[in-house]
Formats: sequence, structure tokens, C-alpha cells
Amino acid sequence: MARYLEINKKQTKEETWEEPFYLNMGPQHPSTHGVLRLFLELEGETIVNCDPIIGYLHRGVEKLSENLNYNQTIVLSDRLDYIASAANNTVFALAFEKLIGLEVPRRAKLLRTIVCEMARICNHLLWLATHALDIGAMTVFLYCFRDREWLLNIYEKICGARLTHSYVRVGGVRQDFTKEIIEELYRFTEEFPSRIYDYETLIDVNRIWLRRTKGIAVVPAEQAINLGLTGPVLRGSGVPYDVRKFRPYDAYGEVDFIVPTGKNGDTYDRYRVRMEELRQSNRIIRQCLDKLPETEGEPVLAENAPDLLIPEKVKEPKPQPVPKKGVIFRGVDRPIVPSGEAFASIESPKGELAVYVVSSGSNKPWRLRIRTPSFVHISAIPYMAKNHMIADLIAIIGTLDIVLGDSDR
Amino acid sequence: MEGSIEKFIFTLIVAIIILVIALLHVAYLTYAERKIIARMQQRLGPNRVGPRGLLQPIADMLKLLTKEDITPYGVDKPIFYIAPFISLVCAGTGVALIPLWENLILSNINVGLLFILALSSLASYGVILSGWGSNSRYAFLGGLRASAQVISYEIAMSLSLLSVVLMAGSLNLMDIVKAQINSPYKIYLIPQIIAFYVFIISAVAECNRVPFDLPEAETELVAGYFVEYSAMRFAIFYLAEYFGMVIMSALAVTCFLGGWVGPFEVPYVPFFWFLLKLYILLFIYIWVRATLPRYRYDQLMGLGWKVLIPVALINLFLTAFLKLIF
Repeated sequence: MARYLEINKKQTKEETWEEPFYLNMGPQHPSTHGVLRLFLELEGETIVNCDPIIGYLHRGVEKLSENLNYNQTIVLSDRLDYIASAANNTVFALAFEKLIGLEVPRRAKLLRTIVCEMARICNHLLWLATHALDIGAMTVFLYCFRDREWLLNIYEKICGARLTHSYVRVGGVRQDFTKEIIEELYRFTEEFPSRIYDYETLIDVNRIWLRRTKGIAVVPAEQAINLGLTGPVLRGSGVPYDVRKFRPYDAYGEVDFIVPTGKNGDTYDRYRVRMEELRQSNRIIRQCLDKLPETEGEPVLAENAPDLLIPEKVKEPKPQPVPKKGVIFRGVDRPIVPSGEAFASIESPKGELAVYVVSSGSNKPWRLRIRTPSFVHISAIPYMAKNHMIADLIAIIGTLDIVLGDSDR
Repeated sequence: MEGSIEKFIFTLIVAIIILVIALLHVAYLTYAERKIIARMQQRLGPNRVGPRGLLQPIADMLKLLTKEDITPYGVDKPIFYIAPFISLVCAGTGVALIPLWENLILSNINVGLLFILALSSLASYGVILSGWGSNSRYAFLGGLRASAQVISYEIAMSLSLLSVVLMAGSLNLMDIVKAQINSPYKIYLIPQIIAFYVFIISAVAECNRVPFDLPEAETELVAGYFVEYSAMRFAIFYLAEYFGMVIMSALAVTCFLGGWVGPFEVPYVPFFWFLLKLYILLFIYIWVRATLPRYRYDQLMGLGWKVLIPVALINLFLTAFLKLIF
């Protein structure tokens, strides 16, 4: 909006002011990944100014969740980053468990880790597909979708949904994996590394691809931290920050994986980081699968986990020395969710996803705040796009890996 | 006078036949492209209309003909209306000048090569005018890109063809093929491999195909210069593009691959070798599209001016030098 005011000012002040070439990119544009609108000031094809305008996909998730109980809020979280909804489910569940004070069984933790890493692979595959398509390589797109389809089918077997899972719930997960799913996942992890190699042969050494990605949108490490970038975008600049390593949640503490980092902080490095993450995710899934037999037969839901429709209060029997016969059960009301606040953050495929929740003792959040990576990353577009060309802007949107549902909430 | 009327009618009939064949080629080129790319990308491609989807181009054409032709408010109407036809006519006329078979050519003029080059340059007017007349910012950017691209690649292409002209000693396409047959190499691909390389790259750029499809870059400029067009006018741009591909491939066959001549005669199919070479070149276009990403605008210009034009110039110089000596 600031740009509009500035233009207005210029127009009224100077008589000889010549209007630059303005271009409204979006909200309906094939490669702004949803409904992002970019107000561009161009000089030829070079971007002088870029003003991202968001909010076209605002659904009020934060406000809506104030009227829904905790388990219902998890269903809303599916719609944030609909490409990797398992990660969103997990961060919500983690925050609520902290609030209630639940200890999740180990098997549930392993299952959560598996679905989170599957979400990461899904997300990175979709990112690679669209990023390559934006730059013009259309074959990669279909190769990636082929493998993503495989994962989505596994998701369908796990919980019945392909995109919006709501598989994770407060206190654990909804149901255990069947044998069939575990076998299918073993097959997938066996096959997938060779598929990654396939994608790399398609674009990795392609001269046009290198020219389109190397040295484009360079973000030095310090600047990346200042911009608040997280996830692969930050790691591409050489900062080895990963929530999975720094504050391990679920079963990440017990698996072995590397946090890949880049050097130059350009689009190519971010591409390399994500490709390496695909391999690491595959490794994590494999390790978790190997650990699953140790916990065979354990419950996947904490014993004291609240029901799906969390009641506001439960009645507890009054401590009485001798219960009287013929007297109807009388008890005291105890809130399930104590009043207080909790914060949880995870490494979602796009960056650090955090939830801060304040409870007033009822079964609904009093206030919920979501820190989504896409929102922060969009704010970095003007910095990255300056003095680049329109074609690079498309590459920048691709490399930031933004989802507007995530940003606008 | 009687002879001339007969000749006129005969030429007309041949012209109509060749035009119909060319149009069929263009229509089924779209089908072939979709099928081949589908195979490369592990999917099926069109397979609903007719056996194996063979009637798909006809269905597409019928659909586009019956669609509403929208003229957006605010376009420059005369320019908007005429631009697609400029593209189509300039792209299609070239068919008349390609020698299909010995002495089978619609108009055997002495400046055939020059005429085709002139037509392909004129075709860019269709693109520029459609971008300008649409009064849309995306279309405008697409039109500007197209004009810059066509002009710079035109030079490289002309220079590469000029070395062929030097070797053949004629601008007449029929004479060029005959000179090739009489030369010790049989085809000019062998001595002029550099020129062929330059020509193919600039032909891809001239037809606005991947990796040089910047004027219509779907992910950047939505559809580029024809973003405001709909129905048949939209289809005409596509037709022109595919016509351009066919003409450029046919020109390459004529100038570098020895036209209708093959290693042995195929009985009853006089165009066999010509068509085979044409199809191989068209397949390369499609193959490239399935493989490569898109160049950036400045990189595209850099490739044209800093690589292709110097290479073509050096090649031209060498050809002239060698021709002087021997």
C-alpha cells in the first residue's frame, strides 16, 4: 500500500513526472502459487520495486479456533499449509499437549515422525515440480507428481485422507499403522533414493538450469537471519539452524540425520539443500520404521488423553471417607485444560512453524497465534527481487516455497 | 493463352492439395507433440477422441471455432483483428517455396531463400502488433520480447544460410538442392555442420519454442502476446507457430539435408526422404521442449549476439575463404 501513496504523492508534486511501467502480477497468475499479488515497478524487464500484497486467502483460522475445541482446531490446521498438513497437525498437538501436560507414548511419537517426514517429502516434491515448471522444465513436474502420488496413496491408507489428514490428535495419533502400510513404506524408502537421482539427472547439470539458478536472489547469512528466514531458505545461506536438531520433538532425538547447508545462499544452493533433505527424510522414515517393532502392541494414544470432543469439565468424585449408600454420585468439577499458556515450534517443510496458545481453562483456546514460515518469507521477496528480472522473480517465488494458505491463515 | 490458363488451373489444384496436406501436418503435429511429450513424461496423452485420440486435433479445431470470440474493451480494434492473420499468412506462404520433389514446387522463384527469410521476419509483425493492440501489460511485454528476439536471431539465421548460398551459388531453393546433390558431400550438413547448428538454434528461437519461448512464457507473462485473444484468433496464433516449425524444418531439410534425396530410391513414395527428414527435425523440436528449461531474457540475447552471430560470421568467412582457394 505504501507504494500507492508514494506514487500518488509523486503525481501530485511533480508536473513532469513520467509514470513508470507498473505491472500487477496476480492475484490470478499461474506462478504466484495461489493468490499472491505483486505490485511491480519495472524498468524494461528489471524490477525496480516490488510490493507484495497478501490477504486474498484469509480465512481467520486464528479467530475461528477460539470457538472450537482443541481437537477441532487441529482440523483447521490442515488448511494452513495444505501441502504438508501432517506437520501443522503436529505443531498444534504439541502445543496443546504441553498445555494439558500429556506424555505421548513412544509408538505415537514414532508414527508422528514418520508422517511428518512423509509430509516433508510430499512438500519438497511439489516444490521441485512447481519450481522447475516455473523455470520452464516441464518434465520434472510430472516425474515429481508420480512419486508424490505414491505417498498420497500411503496417506490414504493411513488415515483415509490425501491432503488434509488430521491424523495427529491431542495425546497421540488417531490409529496405528497396519502391516500393509509398513510394508508399503519400506518399499517406498527402498525405491525413493533412485527417484531423487532421476530428478537430478533431469536438471542438476542442465546448463540453462544452472544459469537460471546460480547467483540469483543471493541472501547472505546475516541478512537471512535479519529477514527472519527459516527452514531450507536459511540453511541455503549456510546457517545450520534446524528445530529438529536444536529442540528435538517427537522421535527426532533418537534418529540420526544430517542438516544440509548451502554456501552462497543463492537459488541453486537452496535447491541443493532441499534435494539433500529429501534423502535425509527418507533416512529418518527408514530409521523410524526399523524402531517400530520395538514398540509393537503399545497404545498410540496417551491414557489420559481427552476425548475427541473435549468436554469443558470433568467430574471427579469427592474424596469421602465412607461413601453413603443411596446417594447419587456427586463430584467436583475439574477443568481438563488448565489455564495457562504454551508454545511449541517444529521444523515444518517450509521453515519454522510455531504455535502460541493461551488457555483460560475452558476447552477452547482463549487466543491462538500461529507463526507461519510463508508469511515471513513473503516479506523477503522485495529484498530478494530488487534489480532482478521478471523471470527471476518467478524463480524467487519458487525458491522461497510459499503457500498462500499458510501465509494468510 | 490457352496454355497459361491450363497452367493456372493446374497450379491452383496443386496449391490446394499442398495446402491441405500442410494443414493436416500442422494439425497432427499438435497431436504428435502431445503424444510424444506424454510418452516422455510417463503419461498417456490424448486418448479419448477417436482411436488412440487420433481425432483430437479435429475436435480441438471444432471447439475453438464454436467458442465465443471475445474482443476486450479497450483494445485497438483494427490492429487486434489483423495481427493473427499477419502471423498466419507469413508463416503459411513459405510452403509455396519449398521444393518437395524434383521440379515439384509451387513457385520456383530465384530469390526463394530470401523470400522465406523475409516472410519469417514479417511474421514477427503479427506478434508485435498483437502485443501492442491488445493494450494489456503482459501482452505488451510479450510483444517487446518477441520483437527483440526475432530481430536478433534473424541475423544469426541469415548468416548461417548465407554460407549455404555461397556454396551453392544460388538463392533458388531448387538450385540449392541440386547443387548439393552434385557436390562431393551429397548434403551440405557435412561441410556446413556449424551453420546447421546455428540454424537449428535460431530456428527454435524464431518459432518461439522452448527453451526460447519467452514471448509466450506461460509462468511469467501468463500467455504473453496472445493473452487477450480467444477462440479462433487464439487458435490462429498456434497454427502460425506450428506452421513456422514446419517451414523452418523444411528449410533445414532443403538447405542442409539434401531435400528429396536419400541413400536409395523408395518406389511409389516420392516424398519419402523429404518427409522422413522433416519428421526427424520436428521430433527434435518436441524433444527439446520436453527436456529444457527456459532461458532468461538477457541470457537469450547474450546467446544470440555473443555466441551465435560470431560463430555464424566466422563460418561464413571460412566458407568464402575456402571457396576462393578451391
